Amino acid sequence: MKYELRLSGTGGQGLILAGIILAEAALLDEKLAIQSQSYGPEARGGASKSEVIIADEVIHFPKVTKPNLLLAMSQEAAAKYSHDLDQDSILITDSLFVKDVPAFGGKVYELPITHSAKEELGKGLFANIVALGALVKLTGIVTEASLVKAVLNRVPKGTEEANKKALTVGMNLIK
Amino acid sequence: MSMEQLIDKYFRPGRLPHIWCPGCGNGIVTGAIVKAIDKLALEKDSVAVISGIGCSSRASGYLDFNTVHSAHGRALPVATGVKLADPSLNVVVVTGDGDATAIGGNHLIHAARRNIDMTVVLYNNSIYGMTGGQYSPMTPYGSKATTAPYATIEHDFDIAELAKAAGATFVARATTFHTQLLVDLIAKGIQHKGFSIIEAVSACPISFGRQNKLGGPADMMKWQRDHAVMLPAWNKLTEEQRSGKFPIGLLYEVTDRKEYTEAYDELIARAQGGNK
Amino acid sequence: MSKILLLQGNQAVVEGAIAAGVKFFGGYPITPSTEIAESLAERLPLVGGKFIQMEDEIASMGAIIGASLTGKKVMTATSGPGFSLKQELIGYACAAEIPLVIVNVQRVGPSTGQPTSPSQGDIMQARWGTHGDHWLIAITPASVPECFELTLRAYALSEKYRVPVILLMDEVIGHMREKIELPDNYDEIPQAERKQPDCAPADFKAYAADESLVPPMPPFGNGYRWHVTGLVHDETGFPKGAGSATKAAADRQYHKLYDHLDDIVQVENYCMEDAEYAIVAFGGAARTAYEAVDMARKEGIKAGLLRPITIWPFAENEIQKLAGKVKGILVHELNRGQYVYEVERAAAGKVPVYSYAKYDNEPATPAQLLAEFKKAMAL
Repeated sequence: MKYELRLSGTGGQGLILAGIILAEAALLDEKLAIQSQSYGPEARGGASKSEVIIADEVIHFPKVTKPNLLLAMSQEAAAKYSHDLDQDSILITDSLFVKDVPAFGGKVYELPITHSAKEELGKGLFANIVALGALVKLTGIVTEASLVKAVLNRVPKGTEEANKKALTVGMNLIK
Repeated sequence: MSMEQLIDKYFRPGRLPHIWCPGCGNGIVTGAIVKAIDKLALEKDSVAVISGIGCSSRASGYLDFNTVHSAHGRALPVATGVKLADPSLNVVVVTGDGDATAIGGNHLIHAARRNIDMTVVLYNNSIYGMTGGQYSPMTPYGSKATTAPYATIEHDFDIAELAKAAGATFVARATTFHTQLLVDLIAKGIQHKGFSIIEAVSACPISFGRQNKLGGPADMMKWQRDHAVMLPAWNKLTEEQRSGKFPIGLLYEVTDRKEYTEAYDELIARAQGGNK
Repeated sequence: MSKILLLQGNQAVVEGAIAAGVKFFGGYPITPSTEIAESLAERLPLVGGKFIQMEDEIASMGAIIGASLTGKKVMTATSGPGFSLKQELIGYACAAEIPLVIVNVQRVGPSTGQPTSPSQGDIMQARWGTHGDHWLIAITPASVPECFELTLRAYALSEKYRVPVILLMDEVIGHMREKIELPDNYDEIPQAERKQPDCAPADFKAYAADESLVPPMPPFGNGYRWHVTGLVHDETGFPKGAGSATKAAADRQYHKLYDHLDDIVQVENYCMEDAEYAIVAFGGAARTAYEAVDMARKEGIKAGLLRPITIWPFAENEIQKLAGKVKGILVHELNRGQYVYEVERAAAGKVPVYSYAKYDNEPATPAQLLAEFKKAMAL
């Protein structure tokens, strides 16, 4: 088993942290994982990405070459990082930001990620955790128990309940 | 202790004679350093002398302490590493005007800013002697040098004012004519907890004096005598009377600023106590 | 007991430094190495160590030289342009034989280049960046666990041979996060020790060496009062102008390393046993190469990877042996071609040596490398 994910959006949306949490959840599941990211001027705004590869066997090449899943949380990211999707890939977009969904032949989930974070948690800040809830519910790539544990290991003290709720909000976006 | 006894005690056997030219003031300044150390009765093992590159920086090799003859301009970073890694050492930096204020100028202001406990003895002979007489940032304006055949059009640093502005907490100046003052100031500088700098105005008859027709070694010492003014007297002079002269003595001292290695020990205690 | 973590390569270097007993770091911020400085600023005080952010890269080198003289294990970290600034005092550390470790997380250059993109463009700078004849060690990790292990090894080598060791990283390895298993407690990790004199201070000659050619090095302040200089010196440590002294110093500094290549040079052989064609790649580029070899094997091509872990001294014997074994060698590196010339020299025409140079901000994908490999080997 090898599963490649690319979490993309705008610098400041917390996607690097989301990638780290996902990779840590995979380790908790006793799988292997590598997380990497594009740094650079673009990480201060503009399109940015965080990539995660989860596998049962050793992962040599650390970058995503054939994404099983792309999360796009900005229009620019949807355009820039969808070039290597194919009909087996999944695209999740944040419907608040991505109006023009790239056509690639695979499945698309247009989800109100940031909208739900604002509506149900009062802050768009939780969008990355909402997105994690949705994509894990959709793919089952890590167990929900490990995801919760990984989130709680990384978030600031005092925000645990809000983050758990954010995961639930995200999971509920997948019917 | 006689100079012979001081040499026996503090200079390395077999390393003399030194490389300095006849009439050079560097021997007087180096002698003042060992007299100051002797006055304070410091254990030789507890002293580290760190120098850069240039005529004066050769002093480290002659002295029987823990010594580093580092790279050009880099004495202060090396000294910073030595002192921070082992604060029990008494660190003395030997440097020249070119070494400390040109290639090492950045290091000088930052070592002063940190107020790290060390004593810089800056041998100011107004010239790059080792390479044969090029102008330094402390070559007086209008002087000749091999790289200033038409005289310098660059203004020279007042190193005391520079060090003070950068954060040094002990700033002094003496000349090789005023040797007792020089010894006392170096000793006080070593005792001072923090960054101390003593400018030792020194004659270079061969590379500076000759190009600027300043006469022989004795003439240059007389020039020091006639142009250096003790600070209390200096303070009474008018601007006009000060022209062409310079003050000597303990020019500036503050004791209420935390020394760097002490501050670091407090930082360690804070970190280990779980406080950011 | 151990713990499993997801760590960045740069963070694994920090863990390795703490485990190795590093007590002093002098640094200056530069992407993509800055995490090392940031993390050690937090960690070192917790173990009684000192971190100092110096005014520039040159001063960082000066500070760690000074700290090393007091007997501490020391580190600095940088990237290409900063590495250039450090070169002056790397030469000093070679001449005065000061143990220290310099981490260079390479990025695209020259100059500011592409500060956040991976490169292996400092291969030759690591060897020849400083002035004059000199010899030093450079080692390159290809995984996060290896960042930890090779940091420990850097200290073992540096202290044993009294030589600067360059931990030559790249952005791929420095910034990716990967699984690593670390001991809960570093107390049981063997600490590299610096050889101490066994004579009385009065009889001590600072640069007199036994048959190992490595002189003992007492810390400042313990009675030996020795002299350190960048001038050519004889066994007393004091300057010596004679040509014979220059030659003797150079010969000893060369032989203290190059007589022990078996101890210093490490390579990894991956699928090499029956290999007919070889890829040579290191660091981040090796990550592509493992997978390209796996893909080639699936196609029935007997491919293998030789991964130099020690970059300098060059793996002369290993490459010569390789040239006697395979039909062709492809050197893959993230620069316009540097290491390949060394491989070509060692292969000495026995087999063709090809280059797949990648220098467009991105590591090659395994498919790209496989295609180049097949093209080069006419497969």
